[in-house]
Amino acid sequence: MSENYGSIMKDGLWENNVVFSQMLALCPAMAVTTSGTNGLGMGLASTAVLVVSNVLVSMIRHTVSSQVRIPVFVVLIATLVTIVDMAMNAWLHEMYKVLGLFIALIVVNCAILGRAEAFAVKNGVVASAVDGLAMGLGFTGALTLIGLIREFLGSGTLFAQASNLLGPSFAFLEMKLPGYGGALLMILPPGGFAILGFLLAGKRVMEKRISERATLPAEAKTA
Amino acid sequence: MTPATLTAQPVASPHAHGGNSVSRTMLRVQVALVPATLYGFWLFGWPSFFLWLLTILSCLAFEALSLKMMGVTQIKRTLFDGSALLTGWLLAMTLPPWAPWWVAILGGFIAIVIGKQVFGGVGQNVFNPAMVARVALLVSFPLPLTQWVYPLPLTSLAAPDFIDGLRIFLTSLPQPDAMASASILGYTKTELSRGIDLLHSLAGDQAPVLSWIGARSGSFGESASLLILGGGIYLLATGVITWHTPFAVLAGIALPAAIGHAVDPGHYLSASAHLLSGAAMLGAFFIATDYVTSPNTGSGQIIFGLGIGFLTWVIRTYGGYPEGMAFAVLLMNALTPVIDRFVKPRVLGRDRKGKALDVPEGNA
Repeated sequence: MSENYGSIMKDGLWENNVVFSQMLALCPAMAVTTSGTNGLGMGLASTAVLVVSNVLVSMIRHTVSSQVRIPVFVVLIATLVTIVDMAMNAWLHEMYKVLGLFIALIVVNCAILGRAEAFAVKNGVVASAVDGLAMGLGFTGALTLIGLIREFLGSGTLFAQASNLLGPSFAFLEMKLPGYGGALLMILPPGGFAILGFLLAGKRVMEKRISERATLPAEAKTA
Repeated sequence: MTPATLTAQPVASPHAHGGNSVSRTMLRVQVALVPATLYGFWLFGWPSFFLWLLTILSCLAFEALSLKMMGVTQIKRTLFDGSALLTGWLLAMTLPPWAPWWVAILGGFIAIVIGKQVFGGVGQNVFNPAMVARVALLVSFPLPLTQWVYPLPLTSLAAPDFIDGLRIFLTSLPQPDAMASASILGYTKTELSRGIDLLHSLAGDQAPVLSWIGARSGSFGESASLLILGGGIYLLATGVITWHTPFAVLAGIALPAAIGHAVDPGHYLSASAHLLSGAAMLGAFFIATDYVTSPNTGSGQIIFGLGIGFLTWVIRTYGGYPEGMAFAVLLMNALTPVIDRFVKPRVLGRDRKGKALDVPEGNA
C-alpha cells in the first residue's frame, strides 16, 4: 500500500491525538501531569515504548496467528516497558522517583496496545515506526501542555526541575512566577479534568473554524 | 360510556399558568437574602460590601461571556433572569467578609463557567454553582479563605471607612492580629487538637450565645442565623421552597449532634451550637433547596437533606476542615440522580410499585 508518512504524522500529532481525540491513556494524562517536566518525561518514555513496540509488532505480524496475538503483544510491550523502567531508574533516577509507578503502568497504557492493534499489525515496519513516533509525540505534546498549564496555575512555575530530566544545561527552562502562591486545586485531580475539558473544547473550536474556512472557498467556487 | 364524546369546546391546552417564572423565583430568594446581607454590611463594613458587589458583577460578566461564546441570541433575557446574580450573591455570603478582590473574580469564574455553563446553563448543572466555587476556592487558597475578622460594626470607631475598606479589598493586606479571629467551629477544632476539651474552651467569651444575633466572626452572610432563618421562613411562606429539605438538613445535623453532646459534652458541640454556626442555616434554606441540584420528590428531598446534614456533622466533627456544609452539599448533589431514580412519585392510578389500582365496582 502507498504509505503517506506526512498524513501519518499529522494523524498522530493532531487529527487523532491520543489524548485530545482518541481520549485514550487518560490515567497517566491525569495522574502525572502535575508539572510540565513530569508530563514531558512520561510522554517521552511512552514514545520510546510505542516506537519500538510498533516496529516489533509490525515485524512479527505475519508469523503470529490472530488467535494468540494479544498475549504476544502484551509480552512484547511488557518487556519494553521493563527495559525503559530500569533504564530510567539507572540514568534518570530523580525523575524516576517522581514518575515511579506510572512508568511501569505504561504496560497497560491502552494507547500502546491500541496502536499495535489498529496500525502496526496492518502496516509495514517503517510506516509503523513513523506512526509510533507521531502518536508518541502527540501524546508527549498533550501531556506537556496539560502539565504546563496545571503547573503554571497550580504552583506558579514552568518546567520546574527540568534539569532532572534533560540535564543541567536545560536549567534555563525553569521559571518561577514571583509572589504567586498557586491554586492547589489545579495540582489536584479536579484541576486536571477541568484543564483537559477546556483544552478539548478549545481543540473542537479550532477544528470547526478550520473546516469552516476550508469549505467556504470551495462553496464560493462552485456557486 | 364512550370516551370520545367531548361536551366542551377545547379552546386551549388544559394548562393553567400560575404566573411563576425563573426570574420571579430568583427575585423572591433575593428578597429573602436582603436582611442578612444588610446586617452583614453593618457588621463587617465596607470591605464586605465591595466583596459582595464584585462577586455578583463577576458572575454576571462571566455569564454574559459564556452566553456570547455559546451563540445565544437573547443574552440580556438570560443574563437578567436573576440566576447568575443569585449565584454570585450566595457565593459572596459564604466568603470571608474581608476576602481580597481576586477571590471574588475567580469565584465568579468557577461558579458560572465551570459550575454552570459548562453543563449547559441554567437548569442543567449537576452541582450547585456557588458551592462548587466555594469549595474550589477553599481547596486552592486555604489561607485567604479562612481568615475571619472580628465584626466591627460600621458605627464603631475602629471600623474602616470607605477608602480604607477599598484599600483592604484591593491590596489584600494582612489583617492586624487584633481583628483576626477564628470562627467557633474552627476555634473548637483547634482547641480540641491541643487537648483542651469543649467545657474549658467554650467557657469564656467564646460561648455560642452571640450566634443568635450574629455578632461573631464568620463568613459575611451566614453569621446572623436568625435573619437567615427569617428569610427561609419567608421562602416557605411564599411557596418558593417546601419544608422537606431545610427540615431534613437541620434534623440531620441536630440529631447526631445532640446524641454526641449527650454522650460526651467535652468532645462534641451541642446541637444548638451546630445549628447556629457556619453555614447550617444558609445551607439548609438557600443552598440545599436549589431546584436544579436537589431531588424532585418530597421523600427524595428528605433523604437528600438528611444526607447533607449528617455529612456536615461528620465533616465538622471528624474531618480536616472545620466546616463541611459545602462539601456535604456537593456530595449529595452527586447522589441526586440516584435518589431521583429510586424515589419516584406515584403514577396517577397506580400504586407505588407501579401496579394498576383496583377500580371500584360501581365505576367500571
